This record gives sequence, structure tokens and C-alpha cells, in this order.
Amino acid sequence: MRITQGCFSFLPDLTDDDILIQIQYCLENGWAVNLEFTDDPHPRNTYWEMWGLPMFDLHDAKGVLMELDACRKIHGDKYIRLSAFDSTHGWESLRISFIVNRPKDEDGFRVARIAGPSRTQRYSVRGYGLDKPEGKRYT
Amino acid sequence: MNEGVLRVTEGLPPPAARISLAEEFAQSGVGSVLQQLDDELIGLAPVKERIREIAALLLVDRVRSKFGLASQAPTLHMSFTGNPGTGKTTVAVRMAEILHRLGYGRRGHLVAVTRDDLVGQYIGHTAPKTKEVLKKAMGGVLFIDEAYYLYRQENERDYGQESIEILLQVMENNRDDLVVILAGYADKMDRFFHSNPGFRSRVAHHIDFPDYDDSDLLAIGETMLASLNYKLSSDAKLALGEYISLRRTQPLFANARSIRNALDRARLRQANRLFAEGDRELTLDALTTLEAEDIRRSRVFQQAESNAR
Repeated sequence: MRITQGCFSFLPDLTDDDILIQIQYCLENGWAVNLEFTDDPHPRNTYWEMWGLPMFDLHDAKGVLMELDACRKIHGDKYIRLSAFDSTHGWESLRISFIVNRPKDEDGFRVARIAGPSRTQRYSVRGYGLDKPEGKRYT
Repeated sequence: MNEGVLRVTEGLPPPAARISLAEEFAQSGVGSVLQQLDDELIGLAPVKERIREIAALLLVDRVRSKFGLASQAPTLHMSFTGNPGTGKTTVAVRMAEILHRLGYGRRGHLVAVTRDDLVGQYIGHTAPKTKEVLKKAMGGVLFIDEAYYLYRQENERDYGQESIEILLQVMENNRDDLVVILAGYADKMDRFFHSNPGFRSRVAHHIDFPDYDDSDLLAIGETMLASLNYKLSSDAKLALGEYISLRRTQPLFANARSIRNALDRARLRQANRLFAEGDRELTLDALTTLEAEDIRRSRVFQQAESNAR
């Protein structure tokens, strides 16, 4: 199942050229671009691991792409997302975030039903991959 | 299938067509860049010559690509060598803008660094530091001042070597993304290149900055003053001419930098003189003119006098 979260996730995967244009747009707006990766893409998992520090003071998108390539080399079998942080007063939050790398086989989620008191049903969503230990989920 | 072949060649002019180089030259705006360089930088003939060559190459490459000929981005990494104060840094700052206007380099900004910005203090600190700088310089020019400090021969565990390796790799792989300019004094740079042959071969343009002669330095002094809204009286101009030839014979002469320092001190003396003249109405002329006495009271003249005695 293809994970759809962040911008552009209903489009075909962005090529490196597409990503370059998006990054350049972010840099021209003065946002700090940032790379994160995870192998637990649950929508409520907001704590992805950071790839280095957010990149401030860049002028050209190629610098970010260099880092992305380095990250793919090591974490190519995980989800990698790129986000841009706007530090201007009043915003101080992410302005854009999109997935730039996915594992080859995305196994998706299953729904677990939990019976509560009387006839209550509670539901939870759980990634199939999570049963395997960290680092082995998509290999 | 034939259609496909046709489509490829459609946008290109037929092989027999002619493209006027002069027209292309006028369109590119390269002429004004070179003219500006000629006007604003005094002397430096070999430097200007090399920039003209690079401009010509980039222009011809553009025409070639119109004919569908292979054109590879040229290697533009440079090394500037020369004595102190010969304008290495000044030209490097210009170079970023020039290359950008020639259509090479996407952003046209300059990142100036020294050893401190590239080399870390402990193991594992250097690589992220160097990469950080390289990322910032992408699309522009990376200027490494006093580049020979990167390599310390006496200490083989120096982290400079690590930085050099990363630099070399990026210089090779990202040739169309950034231009690296190394600058330093000629003898030390020679030693640096000797111990790092990889650098020597990856740097395509070795430009030597010659010393200025006296008339060049006088002209440079006047340009500096003009940019600060000062001018020399005709006597002061003579005095500055004498000052330059005297200063040259003294130790630690640093070409244009010495002139800049001398003029800074002359401005101090001028301000002091105006102050000492007491309460009077100042004219625009008095405020902007450096007189001969502002320059002649320099230590350089006094030393020359005492030597003569």
C-alpha cells in the first residue's frame, strides 16, 4: 500500500529534477530545509529521525540534494521526507513537507479491532512491518 | 521511426547555417562585463587576459550547443598566486559575478573561507564542517584564502588532509555546480601544490598576479579615494607619487594594501588638520580634498629624510 502523507503524495514519485525545483522554491523563500527518515511511517509517528541538522544559509538546491543522496545511500530502504521550516515571526512552523524516498515494497497497515465493554469496538492501525525489529522492516 | 529522427534535429539549424558570433556576443552582455572589469581594475593584464579567454570559451560553447555539438562544462577551478595586496581577493569577489553573468554558475554568490572554516578540531569534526561550507557554496564560487594552510607538512595527523580529500572529490564530481578558487602567496602555494598533486591537476587555471608599478598604484589610490568621495589636490598627487616610490624600498610593502593604509592615515591627518584650523566655515572642497601636507607628514618621508642625513 502506497503511503500518502505530505505534499505531492498522490502524484507519481518526484524525480530528482522535480525535487531540485521544490527545494529551490523553499530556499528562495528563506526556509531551512531539513531531511528526516524512518521505517515506521504511521501517520501519528511525528518523530522521524533527523539526517544531520536543518540546512540554513544555503543558496542553491544542489547542496540539499547532495545530502539527500548521502542519506539515500545509507537509508535507501526507508522513508525519507524533506521538510522546510519557516522561521519568520508568526509562522515558526513547517511550510512544506513531502516524501522523497520510499522502500521498494511498502507493506502498509492492518486494522486491529478491539472489543470494549458492552458492544463497543475500538480500532487501531498498525504497520505490518512493525512486527520485525527496527532496521529489518523493509529489507 | 523517421519522425523521431526528424524531431531531434528540428530545433537545430541546418549544418550549413551560420550563427554570427558578434551577434551572440552582443546578446550575451559579456562585453559590458569585460569593459567594467577593464575600467574598475587597474593593471592585472594577465588576469584580464585569462578572464577574456574564459568568456570566449563559454560563448563559443553556447554557439556550439546551438549546432547540437557536444559541449561539456569547462573546468573553471582557479588558483590565484601573487604577493600581498595584488588584488587576489578583490578579483575573486568579481569572479563570482563575472561567471554568473557569463551564464556559468547558477547563483553568482561568493563564499569566502579560510582553514578555520574547513578544518575541525577533533576527529570526525572536519568532514561535516567542510561539507557544510561546500553546500553553502553550491551554485556559486568557493574562495579559499591562504589555501596552503590546509596542508601542514610537519604534522601528518593534521585534519587538513581530510578536508582536502573532500574538496577534491566535490571539485571533480560537481564541476558544473561550483567553482573553487584557491589563493595564496606564490612560494607557499607552489609547495602546497607540490605536496598535493591532485589539486594541481584539478585546477585548470593558474593565474599569477604581478606586482603593480608606481603609476598603477597611484591610479589605484585615486580610485580608492574617489569611491570614498575624496580627491587629491595636484600637490598631494605629486606627494603620493613620491610616497609610493619611497614606500616600495621599505620592508613589508604590500602593494595596494599599503596604499590603502597610507590613504586611511592621510584621511586621519586631514580630519585633524581641519579640526586644528579652528572654527571656520567648511566648504565641500575642503572636506573632500586631501592636501600635500596630509601625505608628506607620513613616517615614510621622515625616515627617508633621516636616512639621507
